[in-house]
Amino acid sequence: MNDLHARDIVSFLEEQRNKQTLRFITCGSVDDGKSTLIGRLLFESKSIFDDQLEALESDSRQYGTQGEKTDLALLVDGLQAEREQGITIDVAYRFFATDRRRFIVADTPGHEQYTRNMATGASTAELAVILIDARKGVLTQTRRHSRIAAMMGIRHIVLAVNKMDLVGFDEAVYNGIIADYQAFAVDFGFLSTQAIPLSGLDGDNVLHRSAQTPWYSGPSLMEYLDTVDVSDTSERAAFRMPVQWVNRPNLDFRGFCGRIAEGTLHPGDAVRVLPSGVQTRVKAILAGFDAVETAHPGDAVTVTLTEEVDASRGDVLVAAAAPPEVADQFEAKLLWMVEHAMTPGRQYLMKIACKEVTATITAIKYREDVNTGAHLAAKSLGLNEIAVVNLSTGAPLVFEPYGVNRVMGGFILIDKLTFETVGAGMIDFALRRASTIHWQMLEINKSERAAQKHQASRCIWFTGLSGSGKSTIANLLEKRLHAEGKHTYVLDGENVRHGLNRDLGFTEADRVENVRRVAEVARLMADAGLIVLVSFISPYTSERRMARDLFEPGEFVEVFVDTPVEECERRDAKGLYARARQGGLENFTGIDSPYERPQAPEVHLRTPEMSPEDCVEAVLRALA
Amino acid sequence: MLTLEAESIEIIREAVATARNPVMMYSIGKDSSVMLHLARKAFYPAPPPFPLLHVDTGWKFAEMYLHRTRMVEESGMKLITHTNPEGVAAGVNPFTHGSNYHTDVMKTQALKQALNALGSDVVFGGARRDEEKSRAKERVFSFRAAGHRWDPKAQRPELWNLYNTHVKSDETIRVFPISNWTELDIWQYIHAEGIPIVPLYLAAERPVVQRDGQWIMVDDDRYPFAPGEQAVMKRVRFRTLGCWPLTAAVESDADTLEAVIAETFNARSSERQGRLIDADTPGSMEKKKQEGYF
Repeated sequence: MNDLHARDIVSFLEEQRNKQTLRFITCGSVDDGKSTLIGRLLFESKSIFDDQLEALESDSRQYGTQGEKTDLALLVDGLQAEREQGITIDVAYRFFATDRRRFIVADTPGHEQYTRNMATGASTAELAVILIDARKGVLTQTRRHSRIAAMMGIRHIVLAVNKMDLVGFDEAVYNGIIADYQAFAVDFGFLSTQAIPLSGLDGDNVLHRSAQTPWYSGPSLMEYLDTVDVSDTSERAAFRMPVQWVNRPNLDFRGFCGRIAEGTLHPGDAVRVLPSGVQTRVKAILAGFDAVETAHPGDAVTVTLTEEVDASRGDVLVAAAAPPEVADQFEAKLLWMVEHAMTPGRQYLMKIACKEVTATITAIKYREDVNTGAHLAAKSLGLNEIAVVNLSTGAPLVFEPYGVNRVMGGFILIDKLTFETVGAGMIDFALRRASTIHWQMLEINKSERAAQKHQASRCIWFTGLSGSGKSTIANLLEKRLHAEGKHTYVLDGENVRHGLNRDLGFTEADRVENVRRVAEVARLMADAGLIVLVSFISPYTSERRMARDLFEPGEFVEVFVDTPVEECERRDAKGLYARARQGGLENFTGIDSPYERPQAPEVHLRTPEMSPEDCVEAVLRALA
Repeated sequence: MLTLEAESIEIIREAVATARNPVMMYSIGKDSSVMLHLARKAFYPAPPPFPLLHVDTGWKFAEMYLHRTRMVEESGMKLITHTNPEGVAAGVNPFTHGSNYHTDVMKTQALKQALNALGSDVVFGGARRDEEKSRAKERVFSFRAAGHRWDPKAQRPELWNLYNTHVKSDETIRVFPISNWTELDIWQYIHAEGIPIVPLYLAAERPVVQRDGQWIMVDDDRYPFAPGEQAVMKRVRFRTLGCWPLTAAVESDADTLEAVIAETFNARSSERQGRLIDADTPGSMEKKKQEGYF
């Protein structure tokens, strides 16, 4: 950009206000010269100030890898740990501008162990610059980067064939790389792919076309970024706006705030609130302090409606004539982002648009090899792994496939205990519409069944190590209850594994499923009006919580039979500890598989200090 | 520009919709002014449903205090101010204790005291990613462990505009709605929206002294003149505002907003150059942030 004088300022500001923003991501591994290329873009667009350049020169002497040359990569390698290791490990956002556009660059690492970082950067990008080292050509990582970019919905690719200076600016090398790339990229459905021969280190074809590549007639990287058309079709799509906040300062004003995900909106438009389906019209649209006649995708607005309708955060305002689907079972792509494995059957929080619901992965259809795209069988999902899964949500969701709209189809999964963001997903389609499955409403209900038995339905859940005395106490308790005329049933871990759960082993995934089935059976029995006693090791907090969530408040009584492992092992009635110690039993809780102690059980039984009879009394007191 | 604005408004609404007890840091500077303006737009016609918090070191420019009073009146919001009482009792000041100690006691520690007293789970801040290298990787929703510590390795990934706003009772989130704005964006927006700013941003004749090659304005009679030293009148302005003894002025003739924008656009040194705390040691901002500095 050229120097500016105060007198030009009005026209300059007008241009700035209408300037488009292009968000792109750069993908490449440590040696591809990615940070150097971004450093060069910042440097060439005059986004680097004198004092930053001075700091850069002093940093170059300390950390630089370019000998006497100033190391432009140091402009973008931010955190000190990274500078010392000479690698980029997180997502950094950089900004620069030309006369035509402003740019937000997500700079992410390219190694396989940073797949999640790349996906994060790609989630908001419209274009990806994929770096290829001209000496090495298309590599496994090039395929991986292209696959992730495609999965995250990027439709425009720049193939930056870098380090052309090191292959003598050889046209044949360049052409070979493009042919290789096009051969495998056809499957990804990119709308445009532009290849550019570059040298990030010396700046060839970065800002200006280089004299070193007379055989190349295309644009320089900066020229291309400045002009590429990445406009989408969301403007013409039907209107959708997730309600983010209901603004109700007084009784006379009720505004629904949010950002328009798709379509345009005008006062007078007929809209519907989903999932309720109530129809009304738009009274006015506020953008900031002003009422406007039209609102576009991406605008943050406050909408008032002609009628008093009930809508809250997480509901979606949609064009009345073209509502999206509502469902609670989906097929989705899932990227796992934490060390601890994803296990089907476990419950997570799911955030999509402004809605938060519980969600369970019901099945992993297949895992996808991020490098080759091959479909692999999988029972669980580890860090940076990608799979196609079936997903079931605790409440119906208003959605669009991710390929149609990122806002309405992208979601994150959050761990219910640690609140970590554990996964990112993209809905492909609904497996069936929520409206087609209704819970069969029966005329006689739970409380009537229980009342006939003169009792309240309960689920008494005994958890503890093998040999802790769960079954002994459950058995005694049932005898007491039975004697009092109560209707009971004991679901015992061992017994259930002989029938209903005979197909399950002792891996973490199988244990989760084991507990899920038993919890569901217990719920049906409670619905029948019974007092159900469940005697299950149930070692994981999250599964016990999942079981608890199936019951009404007060119905679920967690009893922690707290017997030290040494005592259990001493008793060892079934000889299991001895076998586990000899290596004859894998995944044995307390030996080589963890037991997560309940933090707040309704009843905490500390044996061996308490006799089994005392334990029964303690549980009865809790039931009273 | 419109996209930036919408994105920031979305962030502010999202934080408020999910927070228990939000508060907005208000430093009176241009970034704070823009953030406050965005918050007012986000909730109009209601006033923003949270208070402003000013951590007052007692060393702000006199004109900043005047501006603060004006903006509180105009926005109809509640203002909470906090000054570290231990620092005041010990007479901590930037001249005798140095910039590092003064900043730690009167800003970092004072901020922690104020947040602990308020019990806020969500704190808005006006930091931008273009300000400093370690900020480029800062999240929009920046997660702080108990004790307000920032662990760069424990930050949550942020995909799309889906922010994970869950915290446990002793954890907090700092939210940066203008993360993606550059200095130039800030000035353009101030111009386009007619946002009031402290007049110190515009050039005027002001009394200054030269210290370590930087112009320091003598804002009140607490300046400890060296023997023979005296203030001279210079035409200066400020690119950034903080404690007056720690904020260097630049020589400038830009006395209108338009001229400031032209100067910013042509600038060859970054705005943080006027901040004396960044220069201490390599990675110094990163360290301060880990300790709880905004």
